[in-house]
Amino acid sequence: MTTDSLTLARQRLLVPAGLGEDDLERTLSCLLGHAIDGGDLYFQLRRAESWALEDGQVKQASHAIQHGVGVRAVSGEKTGFAYSDEIVPAALLDAATAARAIARHGGAGGRLQAWRSSGRTALYRPLDPLESLSAEAKIRLLEQVDAEARRQDPRVTQVMVSLAGTQDTILVAGSDGTLAGDVRPLVRLSVTVIAEQGGRREQGSSGGGGRVAYGWFLDGERALHHAREAVRLALVNLEAVPAPAGTMIVVLGPGWPGILLHEAVGHGLEGDFNRKGTSAFSGRIGERVASPLCTVVDDGTLAGRRGSLNIDDEGTPTRCTTLIERGVLKGYLQDKLNARLMKTASTGNGRRESYAHLPLPRMTNTYLLAGAHDPAEIIASVERGLYAVNFGGGQVDITSGKFVFSASEAYLIENGRVTRPVKGATLIGDGPDVLTQVSMVGNDLKLDAGVGTCGKDGQSVPVGVGQPTLKVDALTVGGTQA
Amino acid sequence: MPEALARTVAPLPAREQLETLVADILAEARTQGATAAEAAVSFGGALAVTVRLGEVETLEHHRQRGLGVTVYLGQSRGSASTADWRPEAIRDTVQSACAIARHTAADPYAGLADPKRLAREAPELDLYHPWALSAEDAIALARDCEGAALAHDARIRNSEGAGVTTHAGLVIYGNSDGFYGGYPTTRHSLSCSVIAQDESGMQRDHWYTLARDRESLETPSAVGQRAARRALRQLGGRQLATRQTPVLFAPELARGLIGHFTAAIRGGALYRKASFLLGRLGTAVFPAFVTLREQPHLPKGLASAPFDNEGVATVDRDLVSDGVLQGYVLDSYSARRLGMETTGNAGGIHNLIVEPGPLDHEALLRLMGTGLWVTRLLGQGANLITGDYSRGAAGFWVENGEIAYPVQQITIAGNLGDIFQHMVAIGNDVDARSGIRCGSLLVERMTVAGE
Repeated sequence: MTTDSLTLARQRLLVPAGLGEDDLERTLSCLLGHAIDGGDLYFQLRRAESWALEDGQVKQASHAIQHGVGVRAVSGEKTGFAYSDEIVPAALLDAATAARAIARHGGAGGRLQAWRSSGRTALYRPLDPLESLSAEAKIRLLEQVDAEARRQDPRVTQVMVSLAGTQDTILVAGSDGTLAGDVRPLVRLSVTVIAEQGGRREQGSSGGGGRVAYGWFLDGERALHHAREAVRLALVNLEAVPAPAGTMIVVLGPGWPGILLHEAVGHGLEGDFNRKGTSAFSGRIGERVASPLCTVVDDGTLAGRRGSLNIDDEGTPTRCTTLIERGVLKGYLQDKLNARLMKTASTGNGRRESYAHLPLPRMTNTYLLAGAHDPAEIIASVERGLYAVNFGGGQVDITSGKFVFSASEAYLIENGRVTRPVKGATLIGDGPDVLTQVSMVGNDLKLDAGVGTCGKDGQSVPVGVGQPTLKVDALTVGGTQA
Repeated sequence: MPEALARTVAPLPAREQLETLVADILAEARTQGATAAEAAVSFGGALAVTVRLGEVETLEHHRQRGLGVTVYLGQSRGSASTADWRPEAIRDTVQSACAIARHTAADPYAGLADPKRLAREAPELDLYHPWALSAEDAIALARDCEGAALAHDARIRNSEGAGVTTHAGLVIYGNSDGFYGGYPTTRHSLSCSVIAQDESGMQRDHWYTLARDRESLETPSAVGQRAARRALRQLGGRQLATRQTPVLFAPELARGLIGHFTAAIRGGALYRKASFLLGRLGTAVFPAFVTLREQPHLPKGLASAPFDNEGVATVDRDLVSDGVLQGYVLDSYSARRLGMETTGNAGGIHNLIVEPGPLDHEALLRLMGTGLWVTRLLGQGANLITGDYSRGAAGFWVENGEIAYPVQQITIAGNLGDIFQHMVAIGNDVDARSGIRCGSLLVERMTVAGE
């Protein structure tokens, strides 16, 4: 299947520019002639659209095309990078000349390896979401979501819905012989509603998507589900009382609350930080960093998921990497550069926002495996605590290990029962410590609905998270009720 | 190769070339049946280097083009963009925009800006100061910067590196009412991020300098030393017990609070009734000592602009005088939705000056007496519909006006409406590295959650 994608990528990226494999070889040889250990060319064509509904009508939409080629030259720990938004032979050579300037001094330089492509079963088809529905059908879909939301409750005053689709075609040619292509569809539906009651206004949001076509939203009323869910959240928030402040037992619901793992451990296990020794997890492989109930993986191979990739942006097939196994730190997430410098292999986590950005070690779908407990049993075990089931974003300082994630739907647990909803609050913890506080793991592993975007060094990439219900014995909850 | 390393930032194309492209797009839109259109063409070039532990880490040459168009078929609109400047790409892009406009619903509020409000002349704002910086010189500056941080203290044991970036760009905007305008701008920056380590663990912090012209940048050694001092002072941070306490926001964080304020008075938030400041025009939203002034024409200002993204002339005005909300932040569309007039803020606020008070940082600590000085914030945690605010924080516990010890892994929470109403003082320690120029802010009371 990758071969099919490679053929498509060649047709879309190289053929129109009159480029052949000999041109790629010539450019890479030009890079290598200058004491460069290795280099790669990253061709990209991205087509994107978005449709937005408010006041019950689709009044705004946009279409964007982005294409270009990025040229990277690596010499030891140094990287030279240049790119062009014109895919033509002259621009390619010009970018190569700029990129190779990173290595001015001696050294043997690498050798160009013969092309090799790796085959694997495709995790998604080379679909074109943009053409998968007519404009009329896209508008109808948005209008149906709007109507469904408004039908739920008279307190709903605003409904905003957006539908976005992209098709990314990439081709990577590396001096190590990598020649790979991928056609990546990605769609996303987002619903935000505002509900009003007695002068109080609250918001609720829900959304989902994946590496599929728009028709996916029509299956099993997926789109309508997000409308109902957004309304439900807004109405819950209308009843919310101020959140507690202080350190307490926190039960995290399944699915999207897995953002905990993304922030608390995922970023801290990215290869670049660990090569440089700047992560709170640096040098801790083999140590216990979580309770024995915790096994955490980063898995780029889940079919159709937002964080999945057939190959990463360096042409390495993605895989499932165990980060923490029964509480013990097992591995880091690597791209080619950091893997080479740490004398290990890439884990297929080299990702970049676009041809105009350098690859970095990044997560794909990060989740914690299911445990043995019934979620109801977990809640029943808590005398007083917080039950947090929906979250907004999060952030981590990988050096101090402190991380936050912000709850957007949470309830008090009193005497083993979920009672009143509380207002949104930020939760703060310590990455290397928080999973040691996990005392119960549910049997209800769930992945998020497909809306996550991760930012690092100013680059955004789509990711996924997941987890079963988790009981964390101590986490600081940033409410206002001291 | 020396010949390549000597390269500086990519030169800007001729202004006429971009103006011709804008004219071609508008003509193409007319040909394809648009009743009105607006277009922007942009070019940006940058040179960016990073150095880590004395060695070059990355050398990046950026050169990015953009072309965007919005067409109107009566009151229906569509937008499209590309990086391709060829005539066939212009045709395809206009076609994509028109195809969308044929499907979107007519919107009575859509349309170009009122021609009477368009800028007739563009004041010279001194925003373009290109820096013919070679890669070698950029590397040398970054080395000096990081070197100063590493040499500052033996506890600075590691580094995320120092970076130098110089950027030059040109954007030309035009619309079918005959407006054409654009101007070149530059931005240069120098930054450093280092890690301090002792038996208590590692702490990372950074500092940066950013300006339109290289002469206004802080020196590399000043940036490096400040990054080092910031990382060092956080060593040994501990949690606080949960409590209510006064909070002093450092200037670089105070501007974030002011940013939440401006986001809540944006037209989009207001017409959607998604703001906690809805209906507050003409009322006191801050104490009487607070004045917020928009000054779009500050020479070399980081958010200076002679006109906004729709060509509307920008003007000086008070957003808040003596604590009272004087105006909203509107573009033409949101203004029409609200039955008001645009305030020339398509694309945002153009320099917001928070009028400084008389006190410096030390005097503010003494005024606070006992409380929390926040120097870092983590996460988003601001709900603009309700004003609810809850974020991760680190900083220092202050007793009797003196710093007692560093704190971390805490949250601060409150409601933005109350936080603004209960501001106690604004410092004179203004941070000018952003479109919002603000000193420290002292807030009467917030909830700190910790142990």
